[in-house]
Amino acid sequence: MAQMTMIQAITDAMRTELKNNENVVVFGEDVGQNGGVFRATEGLQSEFGEERVFDTPLAESGIGGLAIGLGLTGFRPVMEIQFFGFIFEVMDSVVAQAARMRYRSGGVYSSPITIRSPFGGGVKTPELHADNLEGLVAQAPGIKVVIPSTPYDAKGLLISAIRDNDPVVYLEHMKLYRSFRGEVPEEEYTIEIGKADVKREGKDVSIITYGAMVHSSLKAAEELEKEGISAEVVDLRTVSPLDIDTIIASVEKTGRAIVVQEAQKQAGVGANVVAEINDRAILSLEAPVLRVTAPDTVFPFAAAEDVWLPDYKDIVEKAKTVYNF
Amino acid sequence: MSLIEQVEKQFETFQILSEDGKVVNKSAMPKLSDEELQELMTRMVYTRIWDQRAISLNRQGRLGFYAPVAGQEASMLGSQFALDKEDWILPGYRDIPQIVFHGLPLYQAFLYSRGHFQGGQIPEGVNVLMPQIIIGAQIIQAAGVGVGLKKKGKKNVAITYTGDGGASQGDFYEGLNFAGAYNAQTIFVVQNNRFAISVPVEKQSAAKTIAQKAVAAGIEGIQVDGMDVLAVYSAVKQARERALNGDGPTLIETLTYRYGPHTMAGDDPTRYRTEDLDNEWTKKDPLVRFRKFLEDKGLWSEEQENKVMDQAKEDIKAAIKKADAAPKQKVTDLIGFMFEELPHNLKEQLEEYKAKESK
Repeated sequence: MAQMTMIQAITDAMRTELKNNENVVVFGEDVGQNGGVFRATEGLQSEFGEERVFDTPLAESGIGGLAIGLGLTGFRPVMEIQFFGFIFEVMDSVVAQAARMRYRSGGVYSSPITIRSPFGGGVKTPELHADNLEGLVAQAPGIKVVIPSTPYDAKGLLISAIRDNDPVVYLEHMKLYRSFRGEVPEEEYTIEIGKADVKREGKDVSIITYGAMVHSSLKAAEELEKEGISAEVVDLRTVSPLDIDTIIASVEKTGRAIVVQEAQKQAGVGANVVAEINDRAILSLEAPVLRVTAPDTVFPFAAAEDVWLPDYKDIVEKAKTVYNF
Repeated sequence: MSLIEQVEKQFETFQILSEDGKVVNKSAMPKLSDEELQELMTRMVYTRIWDQRAISLNRQGRLGFYAPVAGQEASMLGSQFALDKEDWILPGYRDIPQIVFHGLPLYQAFLYSRGHFQGGQIPEGVNVLMPQIIIGAQIIQAAGVGVGLKKKGKKNVAITYTGDGGASQGDFYEGLNFAGAYNAQTIFVVQNNRFAISVPVEKQSAAKTIAQKAVAAGIEGIQVDGMDVLAVYSAVKQARERALNGDGPTLIETLTYRYGPHTMAGDDPTRYRTEDLDNEWTKKDPLVRFRKFLEDKGLWSEEQENKVMDQAKEDIKAAIKKADAAPKQKVTDLIGFMFEELPHNLKEQLEEYKAKESK
């Protein structure tokens, strides 16, 4: 098995599907010869040619329209939005057009589009590059939102996203791109969209999270272990739809839960997780379900990220609060 | 002469038939058989009657959302007539006649108006999209379809429609620019009916024509008399040939007028249009003009016209009857159209609504 960074796993997934299906096309700003600003499409244009891996003009809305049109003519588009903060420029195509195509046509048409985009804090980008906007798309009916946290998950989930006959927003946390390597099979494999993964088993408190916060949560779990608290870390991997079964099974086992997200608190994915636990497992709870989130301000200026983003210490503290409740 | 004057000079209105039905541009006459010419007239008369019936059905509360089309028949039907069956149409909300003559059954057009899901279930082999509500979204998608057709090596085009207001949207420019950059097999039609709901075209842009906006995108552009069905047909036919020859997309501006309100949902054109302007445009009427042309050639009679009108009324009656027979919509139907495979949350909600609906 190969050792890969997450970005290598992402490239590998696209290469796999470009090989498997001649209708897969990959495009976006700088994705051609340049291989993408993060090199996610490195080498793909020279391997598969300009007809299949190509640059677009610099206009996100146009990229969305192109993807929808290619989807209608039999292609399986993988479009890149260079940074997820630019999603606002293409919001109509994503949530009002692609996500509604199947519904509006009563099942006749679909938008088998994968929308790849880097996001997430901690890498000191200019504003509107890093923002955690997954909640905005997760709220839209008709679209799935996937956020991998490891190279292994990244490859399997991206292959699933590309094969999906409905649109999938696939968000790549920038901090995880090259921060570590993991084992990734060279052969193809898929990970089911909508399935969470227990990244660490525990019995005292469930930490339910996704994206880069999975790693902060794992670090927090190690700290908690030192104090005799056994934390379970559930990586949602897909934030829409949520894997209710895995969440509830974990909460029923531990009786205590916190939900951790890098995004601001209001109306986010975490709030939805809390509501589902409330609906389905309230009688298993020994303590209220608390959230670790960023504050409800605009995403911070680069030099303020360190104090703004939640970190493992916040998670430890919140986990102890529910443990000692 | 300033640069902009030089550019605007290039965009003179292309016309074949004058207002009194005389051929003023003989060399541009498209090669159409007598039957095809009669068919064009038939479709325009049919659509005029359908429009009148739709307005009256709307007033009786039997139709729902409707955007009147009278005045724009030449622009709509002349352009569709130049297409091949396999070509794609990406319509705006007013462009129902084009998609019906491209193959969408009339009763489904009525169901679309009523807000029934069967209105959007385009039959297999009919390459049209559902009418677009977001102004401009169809334009970038049409660029995409035109790129897809080219990549697949198809000898077909995508045609999309918007209005003069639509030409102010960002997506309009992005669509033209993308199509040009990829040499897409796309035709963009702007039906300039002079008013975006109430805002006059003069307030949309400093540009004297919409056609000239093609220049910045590096694509062909032409302004056409949109009340002249032969000119519209001919412009689209040529644009189609150009696209299929690999010579790129075309922007076509048709100068036209909607006689009625923006939609039947409370718009009152007397608030923003004068009677003089209305009269000026009804003199250019596409049916009057083409009827004169055909009568001069001995190809049209009152008897033929009456026959078409009777046929239209009969078809509309039958289509409404068929639309009336559509099943009442259920939430469980709608849930089923969300994804190819339902995720657990919708599965759960499907069960809830099944239980609710069986009560």
